[in-house]
Amino acid sequence: MLHPRIIPCLLIKSKGLVKTVNFKSPKYIGDPINAVRIFNEKEVDELIVLDIDATIEKREPDYGVIEHLAEECRMPLCYGGGVRTSDQLQKIIQLGVEKVAMSSAAIEYPSLVKEAAECVGNQSVVVVLDVKKRFIDGRYEVWTHNGCRNTGRCPLELALQMEKFGAGEIVINSIDNDGLMKGYDLELAEKIRKSISVPLTMLGGAGSFKDIGQLINGYGLIGAAAGSLFVFKGVYKAVLINYPNRAEKDSLITENYRIFRHADTNNDRRLM
Amino acid sequence: MIAIIDYGLGNVSALVNVYKKLNIPAIIVKQAKDLKNANKVILPGVGSFDHAMQRIEKSGMRGLLDEMVLVNNVPVLGICVGMQMLARSSEEGSLSGLGWIDGKVIKFQTSSSAHKLCVPHMGWNSIKPTRSNDLLGGIDISSRFYFLHSYYFHCYRNEDIVAVTDYGGEFVSIVNSGNICGVQFHPEKSHQWGIRLLENFGSM
Repeated sequence: MLHPRIIPCLLIKSKGLVKTVNFKSPKYIGDPINAVRIFNEKEVDELIVLDIDATIEKREPDYGVIEHLAEECRMPLCYGGGVRTSDQLQKIIQLGVEKVAMSSAAIEYPSLVKEAAECVGNQSVVVVLDVKKRFIDGRYEVWTHNGCRNTGRCPLELALQMEKFGAGEIVINSIDNDGLMKGYDLELAEKIRKSISVPLTMLGGAGSFKDIGQLINGYGLIGAAAGSLFVFKGVYKAVLINYPNRAEKDSLITENYRIFRHADTNNDRRLM
Repeated sequence: MIAIIDYGLGNVSALVNVYKKLNIPAIIVKQAKDLKNANKVILPGVGSFDHAMQRIEKSGMRGLLDEMVLVNNVPVLGICVGMQMLARSSEEGSLSGLGWIDGKVIKFQTSSSAHKLCVPHMGWNSIKPTRSNDLLGGIDISSRFYFLHSYYFHCYRNEDIVAVTDYGGEFVSIVNSGNICGVQFHPEKSHQWGIRLLENFGSM
């Protein structure tokens, strides 16, 4: 059985690890490499690391930092931030990163996704969509540049377009829920999950293992990513790297998830 | 000495780190002259099939690798695309594979059942051994490995299959024919289970 992926998401700003609320007020948490080492010990499923300055500062990804992260990670790593060309993406893969995430560049130039997928394979091309709900009518819109620029585009349309161009995974990051630890945007998860065929990962809002359980049991094969949940402990948000152990993770999976999976694997592909 | 082939794709550093921790000598090899002293070879890989084949051809190591693996029976382990390269061909591209194991690489079908299958196959899945193999020593049924791929290895000879994994039906997750092995998952990113498998390869 393919297990749901439970993924800590680390944000990097000026080489330090930070955590934001609604994409604002970054709080310094510590050293990214230290965090990776702790996550190694906790045997996390995957790690997402996003450099939240790179695009805004219009600079290239920090290859030194990426190489160091890739060396330390004993789990699969997805890097995002400042990637604007297929050459940059290739270079990052060569540093030992499994997946590279793009956001603003992919939305601006969808052909970049195609080019990247042809080169490194679609399994390594991730598109992150930062999504905000419009106050007036509840319509979802995709934002870029760390939540500063509104593209006005619909996340579902963009997700479908990105899939068509060769993205191997879509990460939906809820700006509204970021850092609030009040649960995922399940309405959004459902909308996107049922429409695309590539893996989907939800980010933004997880405040407890229960929130993660709700997501994976409700929508089957879905990645559950979280920032605050895995770096803070308690109501005062003391910094403490944490992650469910294997038994805790397995206990999150209910019969619902299994039924989902069973239906998925009902077809008849034979070995020989 | 294990030679980890660096042809510009795949996480060579992660593999080196694992072997460093295990106290098993391993080096990164970028050119044919450094390959000669190796008594084992790892062919890592992240990327598309044609791109990977082009890079290995360009590396100038192809001829020597063929000789080591096919004539001198040096053990080789292909990882992910490195495993797929062992085949004769792939639906992902038009170039020929290394052809070291009789098989071809085919794409997962997303809509072969009432329920759709998410492709790429991404995440932690288990393996079901179909026969015993030295790679699997100490690896039990509860082990999980990290997969990240849209294509899988179709073996022409059943005896080359070592383990299968269930994803919309069973596909081959470990192949072995003589000194040639391949794993579809990433052992270098599969925590204790992957480390064990790499250790097993190191002591083969």
